[in-house]
Amino acid sequence: MPETPMITIEAVNKFYGIYKALDDVSLDIAAGEFFSLLGPSGCGKTTLLRSIAGFDTPSTGDIRIDGQSVIGTPPNRRPTNMVFQSYAIFPHLDVEENVAYGLKRLKLDASEERRRVGAALDQVRLGHLGKRRAHELSGGQRQRVALARALVMRPKVLLLDEPLSALDKKLREEMQVELRSLQKAVGITFILVTHDQYEALALSDRIAVMFGGRIAQVATPKEIYQRPTTRQVADFLGGMNFMKARITGETATRLSVETPRFGGVTLDKPLGFSARNGTATIGIRPERLRVLWDDARSDFEVAGRVVDRHYFGEITHLIVDIPGMEQPLSVSETNNFGADDIPVGDAVRLAYDPDALVALSD
Amino acid sequence: MSGRHGIPKSRWLPAYVTVYLAFLYLPILLLPIFSFNNAATTTFPLAGFTTKWYASLWHNTALLEAARNSMIVGISVAILSTVLGICAARAITRYRFRGQRAATGLIMAPLFLPEIIFAVSLLMIILQLGVELSLVTVILGQVIFCLPYAMSVLISGFGGFDRSLEEASLDLGETAIGTFRRVTLPVVAPALVSSLLVSFTVSLDEFILAFFLSGTEPTLPVYIWGQLRFAAKLPGVLALGSVMILISILLLTLSEIIRRRAEHRLRAQGALNA
Repeated sequence: MPETPMITIEAVNKFYGIYKALDDVSLDIAAGEFFSLLGPSGCGKTTLLRSIAGFDTPSTGDIRIDGQSVIGTPPNRRPTNMVFQSYAIFPHLDVEENVAYGLKRLKLDASEERRRVGAALDQVRLGHLGKRRAHELSGGQRQRVALARALVMRPKVLLLDEPLSALDKKLREEMQVELRSLQKAVGITFILVTHDQYEALALSDRIAVMFGGRIAQVATPKEIYQRPTTRQVADFLGGMNFMKARITGETATRLSVETPRFGGVTLDKPLGFSARNGTATIGIRPERLRVLWDDARSDFEVAGRVVDRHYFGEITHLIVDIPGMEQPLSVSETNNFGADDIPVGDAVRLAYDPDALVALSD
Repeated sequence: MSGRHGIPKSRWLPAYVTVYLAFLYLPILLLPIFSFNNAATTTFPLAGFTTKWYASLWHNTALLEAARNSMIVGISVAILSTVLGICAARAITRYRFRGQRAATGLIMAPLFLPEIIFAVSLLMIILQLGVELSLVTVILGQVIFCLPYAMSVLISGFGGFDRSLEEASLDLGETAIGTFRRVTLPVVAPALVSSLLVSFTVSLDEFILAFFLSGTEPTLPVYIWGQLRFAAKLPGVLALGSVMILISILLLTLSEIIRRRAEHRLRAQGALNA
């Protein structure tokens, strides 16, 4: 990272009694970055977000925002604003009063305050609903009020706690697009907490995947999806076929293995890798396996028999039993070419790219 | 919902409902009717319209004294029950703790205990302690009795209170005190007003505890009880009773309107939080 990070999390631990909510978390987030904290419930992502906002205090470690340590600074004096999961729209105030709530403290003159409230509402396309109360708004509109109310404060960092989880699927997808373009427009650092891997992949510049209070991997969406370093990360981000492979050679950065049916390959060694009984876990994503039709040939193919088939509209999942492999392979094939018509019991040949294989820490 | 279509409509149902409501409210209706009757006895036929019984209320110093006592007791009980209720309701709605259900049950129990047993026990304790019976003892007794009413109103008011409202206020730069003033208080205010009104109304009508604990300072219900021994005083009591019913109905209606509006607002706000 070339410049000073907007946020630095340094060796942060958080204990609740004997329960460790955050376990030695260190992280840098750049200015203007859209950063996501992704993980299952109870992984510590919300605790980390609330620690940045000031609602939780780390037991040990430091949090710096724009170079300033904020440990001991209460939430009302931090340069962050938050969009709450419940949106927390003040029920006794209308939309405009909600958005103006924080500005009142700044004692702006009335016209300047009105201008900023109006601009913030226009930004989230709510200019016409200024006089409504919270209970007269839809879920998506409340979400926008919460965004406007936070953005109008011009924070250095906007914190979003599962902001889309209460919305139905279609609205959620619309809001994802909107959130992304909003972030591009305002240029503020966004930190999003989510348990939805697709949301994280679609929105983020970078993602930190968390399990059990620890950060498992920090990377771009593409890297984290295609090059997960641990089996847990690979599994959380989507389907993955796992297999055990015998280690035939090992350097500091590379790992040579002999796979059951995918031949001998040399792969990047993941961080924190340790061999188990001379074997390593190798993974390949279901969509990186392709059905070979008729007499099409590939330099890299495996053959097997379809034992099950699941139809998902635009794609079909084929479960293919490969002789010599412990687990059948899951194959995700688009329905362009009739994968949804392959009868269970048919023999199929599958092509793959050896680059799609990835070695994983357990 | 399905059962509603399944039950055939009976011709007798409207008649049943009419009798039912008559049974509930006709006796109370008699009170205002006879209070305007130009006769000292409560018998039909009516002897003509008069407001003299109402006028006589204003010249009855003993009654005005009792009314003053009732106001002192009612207002004190309303404030005390609401303050104690706020603490308990906030604890119950916000925190999980051991014995939570037991604590809630014990606070609500006076609602279901025989009030007269309750009054006798209190009287015994107060006499044992050598405390003089006064309005203060009435207030203390009635607080125990009104607390469940205050609690149920406050719990429903606080139950929908989303804690992140306070956090959002802090997050937007407001101080803790400012947050209480600008968010917490306005959001729970309807429940507080409702609790005050309900407690006051319950206290105003309460007889048994007041009778046992009031000593020489009667509240209105105790005064009325005393007057019933004199036939000549009956029409005046009827007028007073009518006024009290009217006040009670007004206060309860008002508190219910306030409570429902607040609940609707909070529920709509909290619908997504569930």
